[in-house]
Amino acid sequence: MTAALRFDPIRLPEKCEQLRKEVRAFLAEEIAAGTFDPHKPNREDTDAPEFSRRVGAKGWLGMTWPKKYGGQERSFLERYVVTEEMRVANAPTRRFFVADRQSGPVLLKYAPEHIKMEILPRICRGEICFAIGMSEPNSGSDLFAAKTRATKTDGGYLINGTKIWTSSAHIADYMIAIFRTSQPTKENRRHGLTQFLVKMKQPGIKVNPIGQITGQYEFNEVVFTDFFVPEDHVLGEVDGAWKQATSELAYERSGPERFLETYYVLTELVRAVGPNPDTRSAEGIGRLVAQLHTMRRMSVSVAGMLAAGKEPVVEASIVKDIGTVWEQQLPHRVRDLAAFVEETATNRETLERQLDFAIKTAPKLTIQGGTTEVLRGIIARGLGLR
Amino acid sequence: MAESDNIVVETAEKIFADLADPQTINNDKTNSWQAPLWQALSEAGLPLSWVPDDLGGSGASLADGFALLNAAGRFAVAVPLAETMLAGWLLAQAKIASPEREMTVLPASPKDRITIDADGALSGRSRGVPFAKAAKHFAVLAHGKDGVSIALVDASKARIESGLNVGYDHSDTVTLDKVQPVTIKAAPDGVDQTNLMLMGGVARSLQIAGALESMLDISVRYSNERVAFEKKISKFQAVQHNLARLAGESAAALAAATSAADAIANAKSFNDEVYLEAASAKIRCAEAAEKGGGIAHQVHGAIGFTMEHILHRYSLRALAWRDDFGSESHWAVELGKLVANRGADELWPLVASR
Repeated sequence: MTAALRFDPIRLPEKCEQLRKEVRAFLAEEIAAGTFDPHKPNREDTDAPEFSRRVGAKGWLGMTWPKKYGGQERSFLERYVVTEEMRVANAPTRRFFVADRQSGPVLLKYAPEHIKMEILPRICRGEICFAIGMSEPNSGSDLFAAKTRATKTDGGYLINGTKIWTSSAHIADYMIAIFRTSQPTKENRRHGLTQFLVKMKQPGIKVNPIGQITGQYEFNEVVFTDFFVPEDHVLGEVDGAWKQATSELAYERSGPERFLETYYVLTELVRAVGPNPDTRSAEGIGRLVAQLHTMRRMSVSVAGMLAAGKEPVVEASIVKDIGTVWEQQLPHRVRDLAAFVEETATNRETLERQLDFAIKTAPKLTIQGGTTEVLRGIIARGLGLR
Repeated sequence: MAESDNIVVETAEKIFADLADPQTINNDKTNSWQAPLWQALSEAGLPLSWVPDDLGGSGASLADGFALLNAAGRFAVAVPLAETMLAGWLLAQAKIASPEREMTVLPASPKDRITIDADGALSGRSRGVPFAKAAKHFAVLAHGKDGVSIALVDASKARIESGLNVGYDHSDTVTLDKVQPVTIKAAPDGVDQTNLMLMGGVARSLQIAGALESMLDISVRYSNERVAFEKKISKFQAVQHNLARLAGESAAALAAATSAADAIANAKSFNDEVYLEAASAKIRCAEAAEKGGGIAHQVHGAIGFTMEHILHRYSLRALAWRDDFGSESHWAVELGKLVANRGADELWPLVASR
């Protein structure tokens, strides 16, 4: 049983290190050009279409996809390096990240050829933005409670209902969403959901912004009223989306973005503490670095499993559980230690501003992408407890 | 470090299963199991895994030896296997041949120091030396005016004050008072007290990770047997979530420990990256021992608090192993200093170098 929970010490291959240098150099140029401020995670300019296109031009979107769709046929581990460098630099990835991580791979697997040819190269060029329509009012992590209906009509489906907590829906060109095509059966409550490709910015879709406690607007409510989706926009098996959606989640749950969202406060704490820390600061930093290092090793290990074609659902859930609890606690631990930072620390104001934002961000981290409780249920299932 | 295709680990697991089954040992109040276990391990050449053939050992790779220690942790083995392996490794660094029988290594704490007098005799004290009482020889790292040396010392020449760690294993204070070593040679470059502590810390990390794997196993099994409130307790969501957290702690410990072992096995020197790996492993595994062990006891309820049950063999030993070769708070301070000294902009490059 425990054999299933081994995280082999996979090392990133040499070509990843070369790529890492290229990404760092690119980001340094962008920072120098004023595209974004790496010390300011709470910027208002997170939607950066030109930056997206430049990342696409570098060949860093759809990196693992076939060349005929605009991809680079590079390894999953190379993509991993790009993701973590973007995250650590606080780069404005909102416009392309979801498409690159999740939506593109879903299209690759389930979309008809002509749709792949039409959409995937545009993702690779950084031209289009995706949203994910899973949650609904009263069905957050409980995917199978989704009620928004897709009713068969001539040449396609009519959609009625509401998606919620949909990040980036206000700027998205497309959404990959699950809708109810039939009722769940007694034997299988997961039955009856179908995945669809939805073209946004059309009549029949209304996007209502929802303010977040950070002061930002990223979430939305998306209301569908007799919205038409053509037949060829069905992705995969009708009524069988649950299988597709759950394998998709291993990608969403184990990546570096799942423990680095509040990482910037740690760097800034080290800066504020300076080269000769007192014992309390040193110990606090040492523990946080040890924990971070361990999670990253686990995350790289899962990336290696994904690259090898495995489906490490339980391992990915463990990384997300530990990772998101850690990134949620991190701002609070840093705040503890920052109480002793000298008044004269040159970056004191930056650290305080970052802490303010990170502390407001923290509550969502164990909710998004599957709540802690849901993840622990998945792990428990993997242990044979249910 | 997969155990299935590793002959060293396979051999060890068979010996442990036959002669060191935790339930059998726990039922035996006399320690009569120790001699046959040690004999079987010695005949298989396992205590001197890290000693090359020409120095009297079996010449296994560092990686195989670390995997063996992980397996020893899974059985909570309470004989000086890790200690003899570390001693043999240290002696081999100075090309000193290893004698037969049990050994241990000193100093066992970063704060203690053994010094070399003008006439080559060794003096100093080391506390918390695991299995000193059982050892026939000590491998000693000592400081003299010409730098660091490695010595083989006859244990009967030392003063040993017996002590027990929280896992009921011997953890003794060893005092050397002008003791002439059997052999003493200069340590090669790169072998110093810090690196000996890191090596010992990684050994302990693998043992802790192994103990956590077993704690997870027996806790899951127990939760599927024990009925309370007319249900198996494994069916209660609160219990499931606790066990999921235990699985996470066990996985984190194993990931940190195997990554550090892999780093040491493949590194040319104890550089900053290896330091990050080894120190992190000790810190994270110690945290996991505390959190994970707590959950294992919670799942077992009162029965796990009894001497009759085997849980304590793992839980208390994992807690005890935190203290050897530098506690997690020691390494956290040192790692924190290293990170602060390198500066904020070097933190991510250090983490991402692994």
